[in-house]
Amino acid sequence: MKTTDIAVIGAGPAGLSCAVEAARAGAQVTVLDENLKPGGQLFKQIHKFFGSREHKAGIRGFRIGQQLLEETEKLGVEVLLDAAVYGIYEDRLIAYITDGKDHTIKAKKIVMATGASENALAFPGCTLPGVMGAGAAQTMINVNRVLPGQKIIMVGSGNVGLIVSYQLMQAGADVLALIEAAPKIGGYGVHAAKIRRAGVQIYTSTTIKEVLGEEKVEGVIAVNLDEKWQQVTGTEKHFNADTVCLAVGLSPLTELAWMAGCEFTFIPSLGGHVPIHDRNMETTLKGIYIAGDITGVEEASSAMEEGRLAGVACAESLEYYDENKALELKNQIWDRLDALRTGPFGEGRFTAKLKQLDARRQLA
Amino acid sequence: MRVLNHPILGDETRQFNATIIVDGKQIQAIEGEPIAAALLSAGIKKFRETQKNHKPRGIFCAIGRCTDCVMTVDGVPNVRTCITPVRDGMIISTQKGLGKWGIER
Repeated sequence: MKTTDIAVIGAGPAGLSCAVEAARAGAQVTVLDENLKPGGQLFKQIHKFFGSREHKAGIRGFRIGQQLLEETEKLGVEVLLDAAVYGIYEDRLIAYITDGKDHTIKAKKIVMATGASENALAFPGCTLPGVMGAGAAQTMINVNRVLPGQKIIMVGSGNVGLIVSYQLMQAGADVLALIEAAPKIGGYGVHAAKIRRAGVQIYTSTTIKEVLGEEKVEGVIAVNLDEKWQQVTGTEKHFNADTVCLAVGLSPLTELAWMAGCEFTFIPSLGGHVPIHDRNMETTLKGIYIAGDITGVEEASSAMEEGRLAGVACAESLEYYDENKALELKNQIWDRLDALRTGPFGEGRFTAKLKQLDARRQLA
Repeated sequence: MRVLNHPILGDETRQFNATIIVDGKQIQAIEGEPIAAALLSAGIKKFRETQKNHKPRGIFCAIGRCTDCVMTVDGVPNVRTCITPVRDGMIISTQKGLGKWGIER
């Protein structure tokens, strides 16, 4: 049977950052990912990242992905692709399938960095072909270079909705409107201003009443919402759209953590049920760590920091770092994480993450 | 529709180098791209019909999670087209319900 020091599940920003950090300390690292290509969702992010220099601000997401892959290669990290992990058994035995065949790998430490998936939204016509996740549309235009449609209605004004709207325009589509159920825009002002300057109207307190069409999207009827979030009859607007993109949040992909037996806590602002972890990113199961969106949905910058944190913590517990060195590195990472979780947009996440850490303390 | 020119990504350099057969019709595609991308670029949005009510379904998540985009590929039903790469000569059909094994002619 295959063995390794640290098995990282998921080759996205969190998983790769974790692998790089642990390998730099001298650990043997194996990354498993179910996809045929590594990078997770980084390669569809063609915009420049926010934050400070340490957060790779000003660098486009796909370049960060390339850098991470180069580093993993340089450090000799083993990356197993087409490796769908379906179970974690006792003593950190991982079972996965590659090319239809069963395999196992035994690891001294496991880091789950499985990411998140997009939420759906229910309305008449929501299952019609042409209604899709905003991230799905982003994958199609930026990775596969195919437009999912020409005339787009974007639902949700968080950063995903705002950024993907702009990227759809860069790819040559018309964004007819962006609608947001809340009374104000959810994402950063700079992103909203950018798409407004490009001529996209943002309708707040507005939702989808119905998507028209038999075999595919042939139109969208939007409607205003009152202060009690009820539809206001008579305020319907018709859009001649062929595509509806839903940017209404993500949910952590926690199946493996549930199966492994990690304890969870419920924090709606992080995406619902999230595994409890400590300041080393270790779950309630010894030797099993988490990093990135599985711990609660944030964005790639914090996912990378959490990955590094888990990487250092794993390396420390395997004695590749002594306590002092590890503490120094972990404190630096925590400073950067805290910096990402400040300001009007970050503060809510800061409080939510504190709650998650508190849940761990209460168990102990 | 293909994104041929892009302000960040630059010009498309790949060329059609594969032909896939979708419901009996030949479609030009690029080897290695997801089947779903080839279909969308050919204007195909409906990938399957549901089992009970025969309602159309297409792509939703594009990352292999939701299974809304499954089709019958080379006689194998329930293939996730958003993460399955195109190979020249693939025979693909709109899946009805849970699908059937084998190539329908």
